[in-house]
Amino acid sequence: MRPAVRRWVFLIAGAGFVAFYLWGLTGLPGFGNYPGPYGDIINSVAVAQTKATGVVSAINFEYRGFDTVGEEFILFVAATGVSTVLRHLRGERDRSALDEALDRNAPPTSDAIRMVTLLFTGPTVVIGWYLASHAQTSPSGGFQGGVVLATAFILIYLAGQFLVFERVSPVDVTDAVEAVGAAGFACIGLAAVGLGLAYLSNYLPLGQTPGAVDSSGTIALISFFVGVEVAASFVLIVGELLEQTLLVRQESR
Amino acid sequence: MTGLTTGPAAGPVTGPVAPHIAAVTTPYSVSPALMDTLQVVVLVLVAAGATAVVLTRQPVRQVIVLSGYGLLLALLFMVFQAPDVTLSELTVGAVALPILLLLALAKVRKKEE
Repeated sequence: MRPAVRRWVFLIAGAGFVAFYLWGLTGLPGFGNYPGPYGDIINSVAVAQTKATGVVSAINFEYRGFDTVGEEFILFVAATGVSTVLRHLRGERDRSALDEALDRNAPPTSDAIRMVTLLFTGPTVVIGWYLASHAQTSPSGGFQGGVVLATAFILIYLAGQFLVFERVSPVDVTDAVEAVGAAGFACIGLAAVGLGLAYLSNYLPLGQTPGAVDSSGTIALISFFVGVEVAASFVLIVGELLEQTLLVRQESR
Repeated sequence: MTGLTTGPAAGPVTGPVAPHIAAVTTPYSVSPALMDTLQVVVLVLVAAGATAVVLTRQPVRQVIVLSGYGLLLALLFMVFQAPDVTLSELTVGAVALPILLLLALAKVRKKEE
């Protein structure tokens, strides 16, 4: 196709796209106007029904809990895939980054970075733990908490401690923890079936006070397991990728 | 709908709630004009940030700019009253994604040498 023809094809297609796009925009509800009924219904019933004041978590782990199981397993499968694809192959060996780039001298981790990252590791663990365990009371949840927890491990690596990173998160253990997190969620749902209820029904006592930490039954428990699973997944993925940067395919001579 | 057996079927929160929740749900007001201004400012910042990410050509620098853009997006969600999404964006957009990209870049660069 000659460039001139190609340009015409693009211009016609582009004009058509813009026209349809603008036409579509005119049909949208006004900015800030929510026309659907579901949000309003949930807003008025969620706290009374679930005793969870973190309504987003109530939706995630209760009203659409089954969807969340699916999303959970997307991450699980992704982490499994990464660790399968990046596994050690025959003919690959570990080599430190220093040997690899002799012309580029990698500066050692500065004391400032080491100091700051190690200083932040503890608070990061606390915040992650808080987020994962308070989904029922405030805007947070297992996912956010899990990623923050994983960040703590990344901080340890940033402090220049890859060996410590490896020691505190050995792949076998991370694998197992991840599986426990994912299975925990699924099993909470199965337990409901065992009790003769629908899958993922909230069968634990809801508590009396909305917003109390011990309120909302299975919502808090599921959030906890999601936090464990997400933290382990991220640590696993980052760990595998970190290992890759130290891993060199052996030259075939 | 979900097999809930306790609690009234409908209606707003009645009766006692935990103290920290009561403190949060105490009515407060922000003038609509101020809120509108904030939203417009943050939207413009996000548009500028996205443009900056695209215009940065050097990959490592681009990752750093992308991380800042993640922070701006988190701010956007905050201003539009979605704290849950803010937390997700903060952790994934500003930390996890840049880390993965930096690691990938380190690996690719090593192969080139």
